[in-house]
Order: sequence, then structure tokens, then C-alpha cells
Amino acid sequence: MALLKIKNLSVVVDNRQILNGLDLTVNKGEVHAIMGPNGAGKSTLAHVLAGKAGYEVTGGQALLDGEDLLALDPDERAARGMFLAFQYPLEIPGVATMTFLRTALNAQRKKRGEPELTTPEFMKRVRDGAGKLGIDQDMLRRGVNVGFSGGEKKRNEILQMALLEPRLCVLDETDSGLDIDALKVVADGVNRLRSPERGFVMITHYQRLLDYIKPDVVHVLWRGRIVKTGGPELALELEAKGYAAYQTEAA
Amino acid sequence: MNADVTPIKTAAESALAASFAAVSLPGGEAVTRQRRAAFKAFEIAGLPHRRIEEWKYTDLRALMRDAKPLAPPPGAEAKSHAKAAGTMVSGLHAWRVVFVDGTHVPELSDAIAEAGVTVTPLAVALGRGDGLATESTAANDPAFALNTAFMSDGAVIRVARNAAVAKPIHLVFVHSGGAATAVFARSQVIVEEGAHLTLIESHEGPDALDYQINTALDLRVGDGARVDHIKIGCEGNSALHVASLVAAIGARATLSDFTFTLGGGTTRNQAFVTCNGKDATVTIAGVNLLRHKEHSDYALVLDHAIGGCTSREVFKSVLDDESRGVLQGKIVVRPDAQRTDARMLMRALLLSETAEADHKPELEIFADDVQCGHGSTAGALDGDLKFYLMARGIPEHEAEALLIQAFVGEAVETVADHGLRDALMFATARWLGARS
Repeated sequence: MALLKIKNLSVVVDNRQILNGLDLTVNKGEVHAIMGPNGAGKSTLAHVLAGKAGYEVTGGQALLDGEDLLALDPDERAARGMFLAFQYPLEIPGVATMTFLRTALNAQRKKRGEPELTTPEFMKRVRDGAGKLGIDQDMLRRGVNVGFSGGEKKRNEILQMALLEPRLCVLDETDSGLDIDALKVVADGVNRLRSPERGFVMITHYQRLLDYIKPDVVHVLWRGRIVKTGGPELALELEAKGYAAYQTEAA
Repeated sequence: MNADVTPIKTAAESALAASFAAVSLPGGEAVTRQRRAAFKAFEIAGLPHRRIEEWKYTDLRALMRDAKPLAPPPGAEAKSHAKAAGTMVSGLHAWRVVFVDGTHVPELSDAIAEAGVTVTPLAVALGRGDGLATESTAANDPAFALNTAFMSDGAVIRVARNAAVAKPIHLVFVHSGGAATAVFARSQVIVEEGAHLTLIESHEGPDALDYQINTALDLRVGDGARVDHIKIGCEGNSALHVASLVAAIGARATLSDFTFTLGGGTTRNQAFVTCNGKDATVTIAGVNLLRHKEHSDYALVLDHAIGGCTSREVFKSVLDDESRGVLQGKIVVRPDAQRTDARMLMRALLLSETAEADHKPELEIFADDVQCGHGSTAGALDGDLKFYLMARGIPEHEAEALLIQAFVGEAVETVADHGLRDALMFATARWLGARS
């Protein structure tokens, strides 16, 4: 069974049709890249999958392991293995990063009927994960993302992803705002999480990220639907020619 | 032709006058004169109402349809209600001084064994002829005047020069229920030069009883002294609670004041704080956690009478259902109070469509070399933040609780003692746990 199966998904935001019959299938172990110009519907797809309010699904389905994702609250989706790495991670003053991580992890475990982690086991996992991403202890003591640079926020997203061990990871423009060194750290973090049981959907404008995280499948999103699917070579072709070719094809 | 003008009194005002004429209160001649002068000042002003600016959000004349009879000294039954009192914020390791219906109860209180501190019941102090000087800043306030007129008991605490009281002193005030009575408690705390005291007060009583509390604390912080004061209000849902803090701060002294109101029918806290010496540091903070039809009004007058002092004011209200949170803060900087640094923040979180927040920051600045600022916000929980937490698997109710605790935390952080901060946050979590 496909890990993620999106069928004919249509979404309206503020009376505007953003997704327009989108189809996408992601199997376990695969990394998919979704590329497209501004306004194609890339971030809308990410938000709809995670369950953000304000998006009206007017048709279609999104199934995670055969289960209707769109009927669930965001926290239920997370507990079933859906993870969204935010394009703009939010700052939450007053909520300590450690409290946030522990509350999230234990809430998910509880929903899945697993025991809560002991404090030493939790601390060990955070320390190991943080160390690999170059996140120091001082950052973990601060409020969530408070005073973090853009790169630090993205690394914190990957730390959360590593701790929560989701089955489907959707990365929304994770490369935006990163310099080349930070991009490598983030890409290494993602690559470490690649496994035969896990699927990835990477949403990006640029081919650059795909030099570091090699996709199995590349899709072109244009006016709310997938208009072309290919291998990694498709990303290179887009980088060279841009999206102009789709102007006529889609029309 | 001469005509005496007799102002028309409300039923409550008439009852107060009759009560004042009839009652026998502790104190010698000097105290009696003071009481009479205070009552006369009250009679001229009458009960404050909504056209009196300082009281516009808490109309005492409308709220006090009648004046309740003065509470009699507590019997064994009344005292038995007070054994578990003062635990709405749990885990406070403090010397307990317990007052039931405004009367000191020695058998429920600790014998304080610390060098340099004396605690005397006010009734005893007045009985042996000690006078109580009244601070001028509050002299015109009718509620404080009433307190002076009727004060029956309370704590008189003196901390000697350079003494550091290791354990906090907790004044536990309990209304025992039974009859709807009126209580006028008055405490005076004098912390001499270089001394340090942490003072906790808590106030509580039963639901569904319209008792009336008028309590006052007269606080003197000596030069270089430090006082941490935490007031916890948790009165019954029909109670009327009016509290006045009158504080005089000496040079290089530190006052950290925190008012925590978790419920209570109608609560009015007023603070008259005066910086009398240079280079003092004052922090006035407060948190309102309100639901149902609870009403809390905090009114601060902070007088920078002398320059070089720093003050920070941080107030947070979390308002659910049809509750109402009022925050009023007036900062006065006198003409010679140069180099004053004062900042005031008032923020309200509205958890329902029908809750109401009223904020009134006021700056009256007469000096030119000062830094003063204020900010005020009121709004709902941030939906984007909530989504971020939920997207990580945190259920909606828990996500909201985390955000509310973070909101409250900014004010609680002003409390220096780690254990007290934890206790206040724990009480906040418990309040949130009872949210429907």
C-alpha cells in the first residue's frame, strides 16, 4: 500500500482555487521533490496535509496508509506519523524548547498507546539529536525558536523530526534562507532519517537542495496540479529552462 | 438664614455610620481620633462610584447594596474551617500567621523563631497604645479611610536593621462562612535598613456568600532593604474584596510586589507606592486568572517622588467566560525625579467572546530627564502558534494550556524566589486544568 496517496485533491482559500485536482503517490522509502513557481500551490499542499485551518477541501482525498488524513485534527495526524517541517518556524516565548519537545513526544506516544519516555532516556535522545545538528544546550534552554537565526530554526525543525520519528516527512522550502554550510547540516540531518519505512516530500523552488538530498521522483506543480513527473534529471532541466514551457502545456 | 446640608446617604453608608457610632474597637485615644478623622473623610466622599475616575470600573456604591455587620471573633467552629487555609498555592514553606474573620488565631499560627523579626497582632499593638501613621498618598482614598476607621486586627511585623528573615512569613486570611459579615484587617510591616523579608498574604472564603473584605497593608521598606511581597486572592464567588497596599520605599531599597488573583466575585486591588529615596528598584507585577462572572480591578499609583529609581510593571490577565479584568496604572514622575526609568506593560488574553479587558495606563511626567514607557494589548490566543504545537502532536487543550502558561510566565518571572515561581506556575496549571 502507498504511504501517502492523494487523489484529485481540490482546495479553496479565500474563494480562490489553489489546488485543482492534484494526484500524488509516495511509497515507503521514497523521496519525492515537488517543484513549481510561486503561487503554484506548494505551501498550500503542505498546510492542507498538516491540517492548518483556513483551507477548504472541495474535493478529493489524502490517505496516509489508507487512512483519511483530512478527517483528523493536526495532533492526530502527527500521532499517526505526519510531520511538516515549517517554512517559517514560529517563535514561542515562554515555552522552553525542552518542555515543548517532551510534551510533543509524550503526547504522540500516549495516543499510540506507548509508555512515556523516562527523563534520562528523553534527555539522551535530545542530546544525541541536537549534537548531530550542532544545536547547543543553551539553545534548548531558551523558548522555542526565540532568538534563533533562520538556520538555527531550520535545524530545530530537523531535530523535532528526528525525535518524533514520523513516517511521512513534508519539508516546506526547508532550503529557504540557508547559506551553504547550514544547508549541508540540514541535508545531512534529513539523509540520516532516510529509511525503507519512511517517505519524504520536499517542496522547493530550487534545484540546489536536491544536490544534497537526492530525490527518487521529481514532480512539477503548476496551477494546483502535478503536470509532469520524472527522475532527478527533471530538476536539472527545470533549473536550466525554468517553468516557461508549462505556460502553454497547461493552458 | 442657615440651612444644614445633609447629603443623601445610601443604605450601606447609613449602616456604616450606625456601625461606627456603636462599635467598640481596639486602641487608645490617639487611635480613636485617627479612626474618627478617617471616618469623617469617608463620610465626605461617600462610597466611590463610577463617576469617580479611580473607581469607574468598580462601582462600590452599586456593588455594596448594604454594609454587612462586623464579623464577631471566631468560635471553635469558624476556626476549624481555617486549618487547611492558604494552600491554594501549594508548597509554600513559610511561617503561617492565621486570621479567621479578621481575628488573629494563635493556635493556628506558627511561633516564629527567627532573629530580628517580631510579629504582633494589631489588636494587641493598638491595645497597648501604639499608633499607626497613615501614608498621605492613600489618605484620600475612601476604601483605605474605611479600613483605618474600622481596622480590628492584622499583623504588625518589624524586621530589625540588617536582619534577613530566612523563611517567608505567610499571612493567611480566611473568611469562615456561616454569616455574610464584614472584615476590616490592617497590617503594618516595617522592614528596617538593610533587612530582607519575603511576605506572602492569601485571602480566601466560601462560595455563594456575599461577605465583604476590606484589607490593607502598610509597608515601609527602609534604605537598602528588600521586600518580596506576594498577595494571593482566592475569595468566594459572591465575595467583595477590597485591598489597599500603601508602600513607602527608601533609598537603594528593592520592592518586588506580585498580586495573583485566581477568582473571587469582585476583587479590587489598589496599590499606592511611593519612592522616597534615590536609586530604589521597584517591580510591581500581577496576574488575573478569571472565569465565570468574576471581576478583578487592579489600580496602581506609583509615585516617583525622588529621582534615580527604576520601576517595572508587568500585568497579565487571562479572561474566560464573562469575566472582566481591569488594569489601571498611573506612574507619576515628580519635577525633581530626574533619571527615573519606568516601564509598564499590561496584556490580556481573552479566551471567550464575552470576556472583557479594560486597561488604563497613565503617565504623569513632570521631569525631563526620564525614560518612561507603557504598552497595552488585548487579544485571543495566536492560532498560528497553536497550529505549530498541534502539528507536533500536542492536543488542542494542552497546546492552549502551554501558550497560556507562557503568557502568565512573563509576569511570574518577576518573582525572585525559584520555589515561589514554581508554586505560582503550578497553581496556574491547576486553574487551567479546571477549564472546561
